[in-house]
Amino acid sequence: MSGSQDHSGAHAEAHGAGHDDHGASHATLRGYLTGFVLAAILTAIPFWLVMGDVLGNSTVTALVVMAFAAVQIVVHMVYFLHMNSRSEGGWTMMALIFTIVIVVIALSGSLWVMYHLNSNMMPMAPGDHPM
Amino acid sequence: MNSYPDWWKLVFGRFTLEAIPYHEPILLATFAGVVIGGLALIALITRMKAWGYLWHEWFTSVDHKKIGIMYMVLGIVMLLRGFADALMMRGQQAIAFGANEGYLPPHHYDQIFTAHGVIMIFFVAMPLVTGLMNYVVPLQIGARDVAFPFLNNFSFWMTVGGVVLVMASLFVGEFAKVGWLAYPPLSGAAYSPGVGMDYYLWALQIAGVGTTLSGINLIATIVKMRAPGMDMMKMPVFTWTALCTNVLIVASFPILAGTLALLTLDRYVGTNFFTNDLGGNPMMYVNLIWIWGHPEVYILILPVFGVYSEVASTFSGKRLFGYTSMVYATVVITILSYLVWLHHFFTMGSGASVNSFFGITTMIISIPTGAKIFNWLFTMYRGRIRFELPMMWLLAFMLTFVIGGMTGVMLAVPPADFILHNSLFLIAHFHNVIIGGVVFGAFAGITYWFPKAFGFKLDEFWGRLSFWFWVIGFYVAFMPLYVLGLMGVTRRVNHFEDPSLQIWFVIAAFGAVLIALGILCFLIQIGVSILRREQLRDTTGDPWDGRTLEWSTSSPPPAYNFAFTPVIHDHDTWADMKKRGYRRPLTGFKPIHMPKNTGAGLIISAFATICGFALVWYIWWLAALAFIAVIATAIAHTFNYNRDFHIPAEAVLREENARTEQLGQA
Repeated sequence: MSGSQDHSGAHAEAHGAGHDDHGASHATLRGYLTGFVLAAILTAIPFWLVMGDVLGNSTVTALVVMAFAAVQIVVHMVYFLHMNSRSEGGWTMMALIFTIVIVVIALSGSLWVMYHLNSNMMPMAPGDHPM
Repeated sequence: MNSYPDWWKLVFGRFTLEAIPYHEPILLATFAGVVIGGLALIALITRMKAWGYLWHEWFTSVDHKKIGIMYMVLGIVMLLRGFADALMMRGQQAIAFGANEGYLPPHHYDQIFTAHGVIMIFFVAMPLVTGLMNYVVPLQIGARDVAFPFLNNFSFWMTVGGVVLVMASLFVGEFAKVGWLAYPPLSGAAYSPGVGMDYYLWALQIAGVGTTLSGINLIATIVKMRAPGMDMMKMPVFTWTALCTNVLIVASFPILAGTLALLTLDRYVGTNFFTNDLGGNPMMYVNLIWIWGHPEVYILILPVFGVYSEVASTFSGKRLFGYTSMVYATVVITILSYLVWLHHFFTMGSGASVNSFFGITTMIISIPTGAKIFNWLFTMYRGRIRFELPMMWLLAFMLTFVIGGMTGVMLAVPPADFILHNSLFLIAHFHNVIIGGVVFGAFAGITYWFPKAFGFKLDEFWGRLSFWFWVIGFYVAFMPLYVLGLMGVTRRVNHFEDPSLQIWFVIAAFGAVLIALGILCFLIQIGVSILRREQLRDTTGDPWDGRTLEWSTSSPPPAYNFAFTPVIHDHDTWADMKKRGYRRPLTGFKPIHMPKNTGAGLIISAFATICGFALVWYIWWLAALAFIAVIATAIAHTFNYNRDFHIPAEAVLREENARTEQLGQA
């Protein structure tokens, strides 16, 4: 049974060095440039929307700017943080999914809770109505 | 304040000589005690010429085992402080009826209950579970250290930095008077203008940096450094719970940091996030702090669930019942813990749909927790149970925690919560789960792994005495609070009118004294064990007939943990290796690559603590200097290329030969 305790020194060394074959995907100049151009475009458009008052409605503008921000996040993750489903043996993607789940819970939950808050409260200001 | 000249304010900020509480006899006596004790300790260390030893072997150590032990020492020392606060509160409430005002005026009493909560959660429970994870996880997964050894040392000292600030508030200025979660608007600049709140904020921010970094560190360790063969479903349960705990830490502590930062902005630069004016909303703070606060509860309890799992299978002499269900229950709790936070403020004003949603999620979370209880029960079923101390803590935990869990489900029913919220029933409930769960688990873990860490077992007699004082003391101290809570007595009150309540408070105070004896017996147990260490010596490295990998090393393990990285075939690796007739390799050792000790973590944390202290007192020049020093030291540390060394093969051989000799004696 002693074969089951493989004590080859090579194992220990590889372990100590901590290099895995399936590490982060490698960066390229092309990738960075693509990311940079995309990020610049995605930043310029919201500026233009706000400064030129293109949409005429500030609520719509705010929502559109938020949408661009969300796309911007994805661009950063893909081109600058080199995230894909394979890097680090899938752990990066797993961490990302978990993060998104938590962020969505925290944001949507907070909005729901805070929006719902006044239902058991007395009206504080003239404009307030119980829900 | 006005009598101080401008240059004084420039140099000392808002610090004045009146900030030293020399008119408070209790604080003065405590201060005298601390000074005398501290001087005696310093004199003793100097006399034993131990400063160099402490500095080189402990303070600057990047060894996860030593850092783990330092976390445990920190937790136990702070337990004494936090428990002193508890005794004072119990004493006050037992006597302050009718004409008797007690001995603690409201402003002092308020500081005490705030400090008690903050210290017990952040500086007792957190260091204890972090210490256990730090010590045990790398050993259980067959690693030589954590993924980032320097970061580990730095994390520890940042936690100490938070402790230093909280302790400083005792003698310089005051502590917060706002309750342990510091709800605004009370904690805002308008209602808490003093330094107490600022001590609170900066202490938690500094300690929070340490906690977050240590969470990242342990996740990286568990994900990347498991021994070959140990896939996820072969990890010991304690390592699994540690992984989930640290995922919770990394995902939730930034929320705490952000929320406290917003409150800090409100207090320091006049923003209005959590005020009543200008669009601010204090309820947003309550919402945000509990998005962190509820996962925090599971951060404390999950690791000790892991401890109980190890204890249950070791002392029942069989595999854990339902390993897979245990793992899934842990993961489910991890996710669900993010979906229940509103049950901490059912009464804040949300409507029925929000309250029912969170009430139901809260009840759902008791299902995986209940599954765990059954797993431990079935592990014991038909096992060869040895009633050693860790096993006794497990049994006490199972009984106590089930009661606490059931009162928790009661509180999860929103209509019931409307009656019981903010009452002593709630206080009894969460002490029931935190003492019955986390504290008992910490003691189980300490007793269980002590021989691994120090090479000798803890004394049985004093341990049992401590156990019975703790368990009985807990029931005597907290069952009356359930009764009082059901009668409608609210928390955080320092004086009562109704004399018929007094008897319950006297009983509770007596229970607190029993717990004090339990703590005393625990300290005596450690002292006695050190004196009797030769009789209690563990030469095998495996005193409990353990089942996981940490028991395959010597007690205490060598600095490098494993001369050869083991190969894993089963989640009870060591039990599997023993069954297969494992023989230690005696030759063929290679030099082992290890990280070098560094004082950078301690120095950076010291500057960060000074920075926090200066910010509390508005000493801007010092804060700026200390902050620059933090950055400069961190940058300087990155240029330190002298970070690693090799333990030569001969040294490994010497160490392993010594172990062979020791095993021969056994």
